[in-house]
Amino acid sequence: MGDLTFDIAHMLAGGLVLLSFVMLYQDRLYALLNVYALHAVVLAASVAWQAFAQDAPHLYVTAAIALAFKAVVIPTALHRIIRRLGIHREIETVGGVGPTMLAGMGLVALSLAVMLRITPEAEPLAREDLAFALSVVLLGLLMMVTRRNAVSQVVGFMSLENGLVLAAAGAKGMPLVVEISVAFSILIAFIVIGIFLFRIRERFDTVDLHALDRFRGERR
Amino acid sequence: MTVVSLACVAVLLATAVVGMAAGRHPAGRPLVYGLGLVATVVAFGSAVAAMVAPPAAASEVVLPLGLPWLGAHFRIDALSAFFLAVVNLGAAFACLYGLGYGRHEEAPHRVLPFLPAFLAGMNLVVMAADAFGFLLSWEFMSLASWALVLAHHRDPENGHAGYVYLVMASFGTLALLLTLGLLAGPDGGYAFAAMRGVEREAGMATLVLVLALIGAGSKAGLVPLHVWLPLAHPAAPSHVSALMSGVMTKVAIYGFVRIVFDLLGPSPWWSGMVVLAIGGASAVLGVLYALMQTDLKRLLAYSTIENVGIVFVALGLALAFRSNGMALAAALAFTAALLHVLNHSLFKSLLFFGAGAVLSATHERNVERLGGLIHRMPATSALFLVGCVAISALPPLNGFVSEWLAFQAVLQSPELPQWGLRIMVPAVGGLLALAAALAGACFVRAFGITFLGRPRSAAAEAAHEVDRLSIAAMAGLGVLCLLAGILPGTLIDALAPAAELAVGGRMPAQQAVDWLTIVPIAESRSSYNGLLVFLFIAASASLAVLAIHRFASRAVRRAPAWDCGFPVPSPDTQYTAGSFAQPIRRVFASMAFRARERVEMPPPGDPRPARLTVEMHDPVWDWLYAPVAAAVGWIADRMNRLQFLTIRRYLGMVFLSLVGLLMVIALWP
Repeated sequence: MGDLTFDIAHMLAGGLVLLSFVMLYQDRLYALLNVYALHAVVLAASVAWQAFAQDAPHLYVTAAIALAFKAVVIPTALHRIIRRLGIHREIETVGGVGPTMLAGMGLVALSLAVMLRITPEAEPLAREDLAFALSVVLLGLLMMVTRRNAVSQVVGFMSLENGLVLAAAGAKGMPLVVEISVAFSILIAFIVIGIFLFRIRERFDTVDLHALDRFRGERR
Repeated sequence: MTVVSLACVAVLLATAVVGMAAGRHPAGRPLVYGLGLVATVVAFGSAVAAMVAPPAAASEVVLPLGLPWLGAHFRIDALSAFFLAVVNLGAAFACLYGLGYGRHEEAPHRVLPFLPAFLAGMNLVVMAADAFGFLLSWEFMSLASWALVLAHHRDPENGHAGYVYLVMASFGTLALLLTLGLLAGPDGGYAFAAMRGVEREAGMATLVLVLALIGAGSKAGLVPLHVWLPLAHPAAPSHVSALMSGVMTKVAIYGFVRIVFDLLGPSPWWSGMVVLAIGGASAVLGVLYALMQTDLKRLLAYSTIENVGIVFVALGLALAFRSNGMALAAALAFTAALLHVLNHSLFKSLLFFGAGAVLSATHERNVERLGGLIHRMPATSALFLVGCVAISALPPLNGFVSEWLAFQAVLQSPELPQWGLRIMVPAVGGLLALAAALAGACFVRAFGITFLGRPRSAAAEAAHEVDRLSIAAMAGLGVLCLLAGILPGTLIDALAPAAELAVGGRMPAQQAVDWLTIVPIAESRSSYNGLLVFLFIAASASLAVLAIHRFASRAVRRAPAWDCGFPVPSPDTQYTAGSFAQPIRRVFASMAFRARERVEMPPPGDPRPARLTVEMHDPVWDWLYAPVAAAVGWIADRMNRLQFLTIRRYLGMVFLSLVGLLMVIALWP
């Protein structure tokens, strides 16, 4: 049983990392959103499995929140935003896929090296979990850095937050109130960012951040 | 005792809140200064009680503030009791003076909230018994005084002063932070009790000493860290200047003494040499700077640097003697230092109050535009004269006693075993003597140009005596100067526990000696009797006055019409501050400050006036601060580009620094 628990947790967290990689090279917005929704579903499954493994019922609540908001509400809302902004046909050019993937692999290796080094006393389940969570966070950050479209930056931010939730679920004894407040702050961040997207669009007729830079008189 | 003092601090902090609320109200001034006066007088009483009857070692008070596992420790031992007395004595007189002087304040709401906070901060620094509380109170004191420096912030000069002060204060606190961090060690023993008696390597002790000298020295005004002091002290309202110069520098000296003498423990013999050299340089350069000034308050601020230098020379002597196990000589030097701390706080406060009185009567700080005030402000000028005599170390006033004791300590140097010290100490003694002589010249000039002669401007002509409360504060300080000069034996005995604590020895008890004489080492070597000198001076001066009035003044004299150096009856023909300083400028300042004089003489027939231009450079500023400021400016210019990056680049920077830090963790051995 113990081995199976560990393996499944491992598989789910690894799946999260894999989906982060998938997101890195999605250059169409709808596809990106779909992958993000899948990312959230896997996160919910992973958290639920942690709830089962740690015998911590409150984590089921976290899993339910993740499923409801991140897998359903936010992707749907972003779908609508994209449709209303009329950018669903836009294709982002995201540098080379190869270099980005290589950088992502480097980041995963780095986070494994860091986490396995600094947590020798922690139990293996939490250790692996933390290593994967850090990888997801770093990959989300990498996505934010490489993207130019504001919507995909938002998605990068959200996937980064998924990594945080994964880490929180892996650490035993995290109070429910912390998780709920994190979930709500993400929701609020999403709302604020959504409003900003429309404001940017109103001003500049585009959500390409390039336009903002041009407006500030930057030369590249 | 500690509880009473802490209660006084609480009252002061509450007064600061009152000052915030009632700053603009006319009743705010008497309320704030009155409350401050009561609190500081009570705190002074409790400090004196702690000096007379030192409390038991267990009188430490721990409040649940600050770091959660540490709390805030407060403790009054012999050393802090003395400094607490100095702080609160100066503070009480400043409050009394402020009651009257504050009436002329145009922006009381910028002074009233911060003054009690400043006083509370200084009290807390002296009482703190853990590193965290010490640094916090130190910074609180610095920031409160910074706010007071900026009380008249519309003056661009004050803005500059505040900026320089803030930079130097932060720098000093950084040095102190490192000092206390090194003392606490890797285990984090932040309570002073845990730092005492720890064995330290020689390198570590050296580092702590140097950092303490930088940290406390920058607040005390040691050359070359003094640049902020002559800018900031005069910028504040005069009673605050008195507090900053007379009291805050003493708190800085306390910090140095506490760290180097108490917490650090034994130090190598040459550590005394470092302190001696810096102290001697500060003493001479400080008074040379003072001699060149024409701004009365700035002159007083520079003279503070000189006096701090004298205190540090005495402390350096104490260090040198202590590291050689000469407890008696070390106690003598240390007592001289503490006595000079007290004396300087008395007469420097008195002089700043006098300068404030002149300022409020004439709105003029430039001595070249004053003069003749002795007829218009007789009480102020008499009391200012007392201060000048005291600071010039003339008997029978208090300045003489402490400097005399310092020289007695210098004379002990032949018994030192190291040749380096044996040669250096007399040389520093020579510097002290030079500084004392120059200080005499400096204050003859300050008093003579300000109060004697004829008024050089309409403002000086229209001056009136200041209010009674201000005069009462000055008179109180003047009386204390005289008493401390006549009764030094009592003070020396009161300082014995502090000296015992710091250097492990005490001077022979002076109470037993007859006729208020003090005998620092032995009757056969030297002794001084302030009372006798006072009586002699008073008697001979009265006789001389009597004789002159009896035989000279009443007689009709005939003299040439163009005599006495006044060929033209304009006040501008009088001897000026610049002309008084000229000989000394030519001898010393042409080298020290690269002073150059240029005379522009118009050709015959040209009605233009001739001009004398004097150009001076501050070597410390030119060679130390200007390059540092230029380097910082250069780097800031380069960094300025970071202000205008794109969002993605900012994100990228965050990302890269995160990855970099993770790499460090991953690769750290």
